[in-house]
Amino acid sequence: MNELTACQRLDLIRHKERPTVRDYIPLLFDHFYELHGDRLFGDDGAILGGIGYFKGIPVTVIAEVKGRNLEENKACNFAMPHPEGYRKALRLARQAEKFHRPVICFIDTPGAFCGIDAEQHGQGEAIAKNIMEFMMIKTPIISIILGEGGSGGALALGVCDELAMLENSIYSVISPRGFASILWKDPSREREACDIMKITAEDLVRLKVCDHIIAEAEGGAHNDAQLTAENISEYISQALERKLQKGLDELLNQRYNKFRTVGEFSEG
Amino acid sequence: MLEDLFSVVKVRFNGDKTEDDKKKTDIPKGLLFKCPRCRSVTFMEEFTKAGKVCPECNYHSRLPAKERLEITVDKGSFEEFDAQMISKNPIDFPGYNKKQLEMREKTGLKDAVLTGRAKIRGEDCIIIVMDSNFMMASMGSVVGEKITRAIEFATENRLPVVAFTASGGARMQEGIVALMQMAKTSGAVAKHNEAGLLYITVMTDPTTGGVTASFASLGDIIIAEPKVLIGFAGRRVIEGTIKQKLPDDFQSAEFMLENGFLDMIVERKSMRRVLSNLLKLHRLSGKEAAANE
Repeated sequence: MNELTACQRLDLIRHKERPTVRDYIPLLFDHFYELHGDRLFGDDGAILGGIGYFKGIPVTVIAEVKGRNLEENKACNFAMPHPEGYRKALRLARQAEKFHRPVICFIDTPGAFCGIDAEQHGQGEAIAKNIMEFMMIKTPIISIILGEGGSGGALALGVCDELAMLENSIYSVISPRGFASILWKDPSREREACDIMKITAEDLVRLKVCDHIIAEAEGGAHNDAQLTAENISEYISQALERKLQKGLDELLNQRYNKFRTVGEFSEG
Repeated sequence: MLEDLFSVVKVRFNGDKTEDDKKKTDIPKGLLFKCPRCRSVTFMEEFTKAGKVCPECNYHSRLPAKERLEITVDKGSFEEFDAQMISKNPIDFPGYNKKQLEMREKTGLKDAVLTGRAKIRGEDCIIIVMDSNFMMASMGSVVGEKITRAIEFATENRLPVVAFTASGGARMQEGIVALMQMAKTSGAVAKHNEAGLLYITVMTDPTTGGVTASFASLGDIIIAEPKVLIGFAGRRVIEGTIKQKLPDDFQSAEFMLENGFLDMIVERKSMRRVLSNLLKLHRLSGKEAAANE
């Protein structure tokens, strides 16, 4: 049982040695080829896509990429995708559907990028389109949150058949900083926000958003990327086995209902 | 992404006040309308007579959902769905229950959206109207569930959907549950879309954040009222990122049209006619229409 508070986990996932998807890919996939571009406007470094084998099964991988140093972070815009990134993701998901490959998404973003060009190129539309289309993609989709699952920028890769979270990762409606800024007009109360937002993997299992928690190495994934990768690999094996045996109608109905049933209300 | 969803609205409406402006707004409330877009001041009577449109710059101001229905659907045709639905407090957010009670008292609404079946100049449709008076029409469990049910009803009964959107985005007080409403509503749109049915969205002031990033942007036809605010991220967040002030028309309906994210901008006084014409155009398939000729 992970005893850390949300706020302590935030420190762990921001640890400068925390493995990114670039560390995990060689440990999880064979013959991986990265594929680039959205075929519309550009190629977003914040979202990585590609194809390869997972234990002999051809898969498509779509991932938000954090940098391991300043140079990498410049290239991947600190894992904050532009609309082009989400459109690349959609292109690759459709390609996976065409070739009947399961899709493995890795989520790790503070949120979609906020800027003039992002607005001009339709950040809202790009995310909306992904959410809608991923709901209907006719191949299994497994999403795994590696670190930060920030808001719509995460959900754009989070419409899936199963959502798993690394044990210290978080998933939230907005970054804790943004939350503090909106509700208390004080972004510096980020840590306080963390602890009332219900954003840990255990919270999200309780709220029926997360289906599975993947154990990290003792003290955090950075202490042993190899071991953490083995745990991720074990989870993907099991999840694919569960999903690949389902008929497409059943798969898509269950995907729809996974989201359909979230919400707490009463009817007087 | 959703940072400062509320401030995006607030900044535009209060943020740039000079000392002079502050003095001016001391005039008794309800007598004058001060336009948040062009800052001109009009007598409330004149503004109301113009359909709550700024006579100077044509900014189409916010309307309560009930008023929107009155000017949009045929008299007596609206049958409301799920009128009693209220939200729980999924993440036990401190003060949220009390806040909801206050808002219900103040607005007479149960939450931020009305849904139902109606006719627009005789054209049968499902209608969704958001109301920014209720917690800036942020989307939580009730908004998500009512919209999803309305669209599902439309899919089952082969009806078109017309959605008037307005929202500050996801409702922070419901945490991740609010975020999931984006997927829930968009899923319902996906099925309606797959069934070959028409979905029209009308973006009204303000359409932002998680609502822009879900069902509002998924219409077959996307319309907006003139001069309204439409965007994804909050203005202040973007200004913070780029360290410079944004032009006034940034994230306006006109900006969205220019960048290719709207089909048309339609004035309030023409909306009923345009909607009914679009509904009719889609009701008739090519074959049937040719047979009628």
